[in-house]
Amino acid sequence: MRSIALPRIGTAAAWREAARGLLSAGVRPEDVLWTWDGAAGDLFAEPAAPPAPSPALTVPKAFLEMANRVVWHSDPERFARLYAFLWRVRDDPRLMSARGDAGLERLRTMEKNVNRCAHKMKAFVRFRDLGADGPRRRFAAWFEPTHHTVEPTAPFFTRRFGDMDWVIVTRDVTARFEEGTLSFSEGQSKPDLPEDGAEALWGTYFRNIFNPARVKIGAMTSEMPRKYWKNMPEAQHIPDLIRTAEARARQMQDNAPTLPPLRAAKVTERLRGPGTGSTKA
Amino acid sequence: MWRRALDAAAQEHNVNIMPMTLQDKLAILSDAARYDASCASSGTSRRDSRDGKGLGSTEGSGICHAYAPDGRCISLLKILMTNFCIYDCVYCVNRVSSNVPRARFTPEEVVHLTTEFYRRNYIEGLFLSSGIIRSPDKTMEDMVQIARLLREREQFRGYIHLKTIPDAAPELIAQAGLYADRLSVNVELPTDASVAAYAPEKNPATIRDAMGDVKARRLASKDRSHTGKRPARFAPAGQSTQMIVGADGSNDAVILNHSARLYGDFRLKRVYYSAFSPIPDSSARLPLIKPPLMREHRLYQADWLLRFYGFGVDEITGVSAGGNLDLDIDPKLAWALAHRGLFPVDVQRAERETLLRVPGFGTKTVGRILTTRHHRTLRYGDLQRMGAGLKKARPFITLRDWSPGALTDSADLRARFAPSPEQLSLF
Ligand code: SF4
Repeated sequence: MRSIALPRIGTAAAWREAARGLLSAGVRPEDVLWTWDGAAGDLFAEPAAPPAPSPALTVPKAFLEMANRVVWHSDPERFARLYAFLWRVRDDPRLMSARGDAGLERLRTMEKNVNRCAHKMKAFVRFRDLGADGPRRRFAAWFEPTHHTVEPTAPFFTRRFGDMDWVIVTRDVTARFEEGTLSFSEGQSKPDLPEDGAEALWGTYFRNIFNPARVKIGAMTSEMPRKYWKNMPEAQHIPDLIRTAEARARQMQDNAPTLPPLRAAKVTERLRGPGTGSTKA
Repeated sequence: MWRRALDAAAQEHNVNIMPMTLQDKLAILSDAARYDASCASSGTSRRDSRDGKGLGSTEGSGICHAYAPDGRCISLLKILMTNFCIYDCVYCVNRVSSNVPRARFTPEEVVHLTTEFYRRNYIEGLFLSSGIIRSPDKTMEDMVQIARLLREREQFRGYIHLKTIPDAAPELIAQAGLYADRLSVNVELPTDASVAAYAPEKNPATIRDAMGDVKARRLASKDRSHTGKRPARFAPAGQSTQMIVGADGSNDAVILNHSARLYGDFRLKRVYYSAFSPIPDSSARLPLIKPPLMREHRLYQADWLLRFYGFGVDEITGVSAGGNLDLDIDPKLAWALAHRGLFPVDVQRAERETLLRVPGFGTKTVGRILTTRHHRTLRYGDLQRMGAGLKKARPFITLRDWSPGALTDSADLRARFAPSPEQLSLF
């Protein structure tokens, strides 16, 4: 039994390197024990640096793309599952496009989970202004991802927020972008971030863009599951919006039409010409 | 001459209002914007700010940063520049004859809100529309000014959608398209007669001219000149429009025929349908109904069939009474039920066009069927994995291990799909 220890930061590259080595040395999947971030492995497994990969090794490109996502899944079995499939796909590359292979389907599902988690991270991270002393504005966010998606998703934030410094803190990994350089460090517990006045404005927007005449709560929660709400400033308004929606919608219907303000007739007459009904403004 | 009078009228307004905070203005001007259905921020050119000299990025598909309890995606800061308006469109909360509170952002305020919201990752960008103040040109000028400040001074590289004022001068539209990702002009109502009746200051011919102008400029911006130089991109995410459903008496056939014409004539990216919904301080001339949300939903489905499934308007609207879509079942299923003689379809052999007509088969599923059936014989379980909606498809297909038997022609087939009347009353 061989034990391969993978690091929390840089997991994808380390797994790939290890898997290439094991595969070149012909180590069978059942003889590998994968551990991650110093987790206790099997006491009887021999800790070993993975064997050096042979340079000629090739695998289907589609597998690499999939593996690069699956390694970030929270399932502790992810590395073993990937290697087990890699072992088979090396002999039969067509397996990669087969439908109905249980091992592949499981991996595809995990890939989807990670993609969805990354997508929600791009959507739901909320920065707070830290105030700046230098020319670059500084922002920070606390986020709770379901999978280990901070590292693979951070480049998105560097492309988007290129002219500011920012940090995204999670229990898992912390991503930091300063002076145009991205770096990762160990996760942290939730920091105390300063109040940000923009959140009240954003809440106002959220309350008013909602149309109480068309409540569809299921459509909201399927796309924005409740687990994300506590870190989104606008979500605190949701219960109140739902509670009052029906009454507000009814009131709009019940309100008797009002008389137009006096100036209206003047404006309209100027536009249409007295009694002509012309349509050109 | 009338212009001066309107100026005076607008000023008279302004004196009447108390000084407002940014909060107050935002409340009024986002409330007024929520009747625009579009919040799309996809399909524009790729940009980023890796150079450290600007803010923002766009990459293919836009992101929904939040969802409101109405189930709608919040992707853009969707606001009006002002809800003062000199027009009197009956269905609109901003019409001159309404008593809603009025507000007006300065260009700087809009720029501030957009960039500060963007920096906190609340939004993908800005969707700006406006009531018409003083004149169409003045209004459009201010909107262009906002877009210019964002792009040039703030180096903002996020998404901008401007709702153009159809009566504005063509030069202003030309500028707008250089800063905006998307331009839209709302046709508002399905027929010229309805526009004349409910939006008397608007002119359907002018609206069409504006859309034709945008289309022409987009085409021109794609041509290389003889020197091989590419002109500046013009509204790279295309143009769209919106029609209000349920305010006038138009049936679905009229609405969809209009959409088909718009897609054809102006190469629109999207036609949005907005269920007419009660507005604060509504006009006595309009029905105060619950918004016809199911009808809106069916129209979107039908619109999809027109664009991606090879259906014609008459086929879709011809199978139900009065030219309106069946509210209980989706339009493709309704069509299939009315053409049972064409089913069941042999999934292993049928042509793409035929497969696209099977209820429960989407374009993706059909694509997967076509690639996989080259290699091997398809089974029922394969379709499941390919994402087919088999509950709907079952009566209409045959496979090596599946035959619907008498199901296709059974008398109660429609009833199996239509919801019971009690459920229906929920809408
Ligand atoms: S022009 Fe008509 S639809 Fe537009 S804001 Fe004014 S009243 Fe409303």
